[in-house]
Amino acid sequence: MSDVAVRAPADTRLPEAMPSVWRIGLGRGGVEVKAFFREKMAVAFIFGLPSILLVLLGSIFGSQAATHGVTVGQLFTAGMIAGGIMATSFQYLGISIATERGTGMLKRLFGTPMPRTAYFIGKLIQVLICTVAETVLLMAVGVAFYHLHLPTEPGRWWTFAWIFVLGGTACGLLGIAVSSIPRSATSAAPVITLPFTVLQFMSGVYVPSTSVPPWMRDVASFFPLKWMAQGLRSVFLPPQAVALEPAHSWEHGRIALVLIAWIVGGLVLCITTFRWQQKS
Amino acid sequence: MSDGVAVLVRDLRKSYGELMAVDGIDLEIGSGEVFALLGPNGAGKTTTVEILEGLRHRDGGTVAVLGQDPAHGGRAWRARIGIVLQLTGTVGELTVLELVRHFASFYPRPRRAEETLELVGLTAKARSRITQLSGGQIRRLDVALGIVGQPELLFLDEPTTGFDPEARRQFWDLIRRLREHGTTIVLTTHYLDEAEALADRIAVIAAGHIVASGDAASLGGRDAAAAHVSWDGQGERHLVETTAPTQLVAELSERFGGEVPGLTVTRPTLEDIYLELIGGAQ
Repeated sequence: MSDVAVRAPADTRLPEAMPSVWRIGLGRGGVEVKAFFREKMAVAFIFGLPSILLVLLGSIFGSQAATHGVTVGQLFTAGMIAGGIMATSFQYLGISIATERGTGMLKRLFGTPMPRTAYFIGKLIQVLICTVAETVLLMAVGVAFYHLHLPTEPGRWWTFAWIFVLGGTACGLLGIAVSSIPRSATSAAPVITLPFTVLQFMSGVYVPSTSVPPWMRDVASFFPLKWMAQGLRSVFLPPQAVALEPAHSWEHGRIALVLIAWIVGGLVLCITTFRWQQKS
Repeated sequence: MSDGVAVLVRDLRKSYGELMAVDGIDLEIGSGEVFALLGPNGAGKTTTVEILEGLRHRDGGTVAVLGQDPAHGGRAWRARIGIVLQLTGTVGELTVLELVRHFASFYPRPRRAEETLELVGLTAKARSRITQLSGGQIRRLDVALGIVGQPELLFLDEPTTGFDPEARRQFWDLIRRLREHGTTIVLTTHYLDEAEALADRIAVIAAGHIVASGDAASLGGRDAAAAHVSWDGQGERHLVETTAPTQLVAELSERFGGEVPGLTVTRPTLEDIYLELIGGAQ
């Protein structure tokens, strides 16, 4: 075997293992969270706006006579938490992914050995952290200023948990899907925010749902937000407040059904429409 | 692995609707080579390179990049190539060092982030937000992200567009340094001086075809083309086109008994050849 020593050594570098999907995914999550909280636009218009609106609406209408033992401030807080969840999931994902696509960041990531799954793990971590923080902030505002009572029964927290998870997931998937609609990074924010704002009015986030005209309620009932708001009212308002619901019921079963349908539909939309490059 | 060959392309084709963007291209790029794809805007440079990078699908032909078809290149293959894209925007409020470190985490054998920034001359900006960088600095960051994984093969698409002359010289030095490290480099450019200064070999692409390839000195038959010999004699300027200029100069030298007054010998410049090549294809 003397010729072995003579032969030029082959590639002596060890076949090093690729970094794991989860390690990269966690790293992406860290970078995404950092980028979110450092970006003034995201912090002011997505993270901060629901609290600002809650304080404004609560201060203007909060003194109005309460019915069925419910204050208008409580109604607004419950609805605004639903709006906040959708802002940090749907609105932020839609805008940020459209921007990443428009600036070529997605294409650049696609050209690296970053696993595709790691990108979505990063988004999941970012949305989860920002949405939890958003919800806590809105609850704190509600408790501090608008007589919001945090539930004490475990059953209510369980309702809160599944509405948070199903609603956040449905809105997040929908955000990823709509990110394909804006044609450029600069048009991303208005293209996503305008329909989102309209939907919040129709879904009874900015106005009590009893004040929303029936046709608007019908339109809103096709989308997840109305159901999330309704579910959260059942969590944060006293039981007798069910009388204020247009359906005179919290409709938990229907809420779950609609949100699960949106998760399935949103997933199908994401898989069929997601592109790493802007179509030229 | 096919030793010594980094990129092998045969009869590559790609069309966008009616437009044949790439119409039967053959390429062979050796390991360790700096190869320039030179051509006017819209010639098919970016399409070709994006197919090699695995960012675009081809309609026909065979392609092997580091021994693999880019259309099916997995993570391990992507870890061996580096890509510097043509157009990139800002990517959020991260610092230069944070972003380079983050990209380094995708690779099994990355270069240290600090060392990468040193190479591209961005050390002073390591802790600046990306949104505060100038255009040229962003371009250098683009390059840093392309080389942080220590690629064997680096693609650069129009890397110095928009650079001032000094920034361009610095960039050229960087490419030469990477080449000394053994990196194979494929770059597209529409600057002749850039191709001439950097590339071991140049392929000229026009209207989806390779119209000539070779080193800068012999491209398009530049070395074999007739030379212009001119000199002063009997009160006027003489000009002779010849394929044997050395012989003519020797004869002239004999006739004048040594020094030939006002002697010049010129070959067509790379620019002359290039304009002729792309003019013929359009």
